[in-house]
Amino acid sequence: MLRFFLRRVLLGIPVLVTVATLTFLIMHLVPGGPFDSDKILPPEIIANIEAKYHLDEPVAIQYLLYMKQLLQGDLGPSYKYIGRDVSDILRDTFPVSFTLGMCAVLVVLGLGVPAGVISAYWKNSLLDRSILLFAAMGISVPSFVLGALLVWIFSHQWHLLPPALWEGPRYMILPAFALGAGFAGYIARLTRTTVLDVLASDYIRTARAKGLTEFNILLRHVLKNAMYPIVSVMGPLTAGLITGSFVIEFIFSIPGMGRFFITAVTNRDYPLIMGVTLVYAVLIVVANIVVDMIYGWLDPRVSVK
Amino acid sequence: MNLSSKISSGFLFILLLAAVLAPWVAPYSYQAQDMLNILAFPGSEHWLGTDRLGRDLLSRMIYGARVSLFVGVFSTVLALFIGTIYGTLSAYIGGRTDNLMMRVVDVVFALPDLLMIILITVLMGRGVIGVFIALTLVSWVTIARLVRGEVLRIKEYPYIMAARALGASHYRIMLREIFPNILGILVVTLSFRVPVAILAESTLSFIGLGIAPPASSWGTLASDGWTAIKFYPHLILFPSLAIFFTILSFNFLGEGLREFLDPRSAKNG
Repeated sequence: MLRFFLRRVLLGIPVLVTVATLTFLIMHLVPGGPFDSDKILPPEIIANIEAKYHLDEPVAIQYLLYMKQLLQGDLGPSYKYIGRDVSDILRDTFPVSFTLGMCAVLVVLGLGVPAGVISAYWKNSLLDRSILLFAAMGISVPSFVLGALLVWIFSHQWHLLPPALWEGPRYMILPAFALGAGFAGYIARLTRTTVLDVLASDYIRTARAKGLTEFNILLRHVLKNAMYPIVSVMGPLTAGLITGSFVIEFIFSIPGMGRFFITAVTNRDYPLIMGVTLVYAVLIVVANIVVDMIYGWLDPRVSVK
Repeated sequence: MNLSSKISSGFLFILLLAAVLAPWVAPYSYQAQDMLNILAFPGSEHWLGTDRLGRDLLSRMIYGARVSLFVGVFSTVLALFIGTIYGTLSAYIGGRTDNLMMRVVDVVFALPDLLMIILITVLMGRGVIGVFIALTLVSWVTIARLVRGEVLRIKEYPYIMAARALGASHYRIMLREIFPNILGILVVTLSFRVPVAILAESTLSFIGLGIAPPASSWGTLASDGWTAIKFYPHLILFPSLAIFFTILSFNFLGEGLREFLDPRSAKNG
C-alpha cells in the first residue's frame, strides 16, 4: 500500500511539471504583457517594473527563475494585487473553493446514489422513468443555467436563500446544488446500472431466501457491492467539480480561487495564473490518488501494486 | 432509433436549418434596434422580447445558433479528425512509438481542461477562432485514446492478417480495412462530444471569457440576460433553454445511435 502510494505521488510530479511548463509557455508565447493595458506610463517606469519582475529577461530565463522559485515553495508576488503574494491569495481563497467542492460532492452522492437505487429497485416504474428523465436533464443542463434558475426562484421570487456571497451555511446551498446537480445525474445512471446487475446476482436471491428484510438487502448487500464503480468515477468527477467551480464562484460572487483565476487571466497576472492552475492540478492528482486508494481498500480483489 | 432520439434529431435539424438560413428566417437583423420597445417582454411584435438596446432576442438567438453550433460541431469534427489519425497511427505502429505517443496524450489529459481552454482562448484574442482552437486542442486526446483502444483490438483480427498477406499497403489497411470498422464508434462519439464543446463554449462566453462582442453565441446572450435577471428573466431564460435543449438533444441522439449501432449496449444503461 505504501509503495503504491509513493509510486503514485512520484508519477504525479512529471504531470505537475508539465502543467507548469505548458501554462508558462501559453502565457508567454502570445505578444503583450501584464503591464500593457494600464494607463500609459513613461517607458522608464515600465522598464523598471519589468526589470523588477524579470520580464525583460528571455522567456527561457524567466522560466528557469520561476521553476527555481517554485521548488523553494515560493509562488511569487501577484502583479495586480500589489503587496500580496500568490500564496497569500491562495491561502485565503482555497478553503472557500474546497468547501464549495465538498458540499457539491455531498449533493452528488446524496442525490445521485439514492435516486439510482430507487430507480433500479422499481425498474420501469413511473418513478424510474421520471428519475431517468431528470438524470438526462441534469447531465444536459449547464451549471450556470441551473445556477441562474435557482437564484431566480429561491432568491428573487421566494426570498428564501441569499443570491450571492459566502457568509455561512445558508450561502452554500444554492451554489453546491448548482455545481453538483449535473454530476448527480451521471451518478444516478451509473448507480442504477450497477444496482441492476447486483440485484440479478445469486447472493441476493440467497439473502432473500434467508428472509432478510428488503431494506437490509438493499443497504448491506446491494449498495455495498454497487459502490465500486461509483468510487472509481469519483476521481475524475471530483476533478470536474473542482475545475467547474469557477463558473459557480462567478455567478454567486464567491471569493474562491476560480473567481481569482478569471480576473488573473483577464489581467495577465502571470504568477497568479500559474499558482491557481498548479493548485487545481495538484488537487486533481491528489483526488485521483485518494480515490484509487479507497478503491483498493474497498475491493481486495484489485491489487494496489 | 427510439422516440426521444427521433424527436431530438428533428429538433437539431430545424435548429441547423434556422442557423444556416438565419438572414432569411430571423424576423429582424441581429443588430437592428427598436427604440420604442426597449427591454420588451415577449409579445406579438417581438416573440421573445428585446434586450436593453431594443434588439430582437429571437433574431439574436437565431444568429447566435450559428456561432454556438459552428464552434461546437466543427471543433469536435476537427478534434475527431486529429484524434482518429493520431490514435490509429499510435496503435497500428505499436511498440515504443505507441508508448511515446500515449505519454503525450496522458499529459494533455492531465491538464485541467477548462482552465486550459480559458487560457488559450483569452490569449488568442477571445474570438470565435480562439475558442474553436482551444476546444480542439483540449478534446482530441479523449478521441485518440478511444480510437487507439479500438484499433488495437481490430488490428489483431484475421482479416487484417489476410489483407496483409494479400500485399495491401499499411495505408490501405488503415484506411480501407480498419477505418470503416471504427466509423460507428466515431459517429456516436461525435454526438456525445458536440454537447460537451457547446457546454464549454457557452460557459466561457457566460463568464465573459469566450466569444466577445460583436459576435454573440447563446452563452453571451445568457450572460447579457444574467445582469438583468431580477426584472427581465426572459432575457436569460430563452438562451438558456436553447443551450439546454440542444445539449439534451445531442445526448439523446447519441444514445439512440449507440443503441442502433451496438445493440448489446441497449439495456439498462
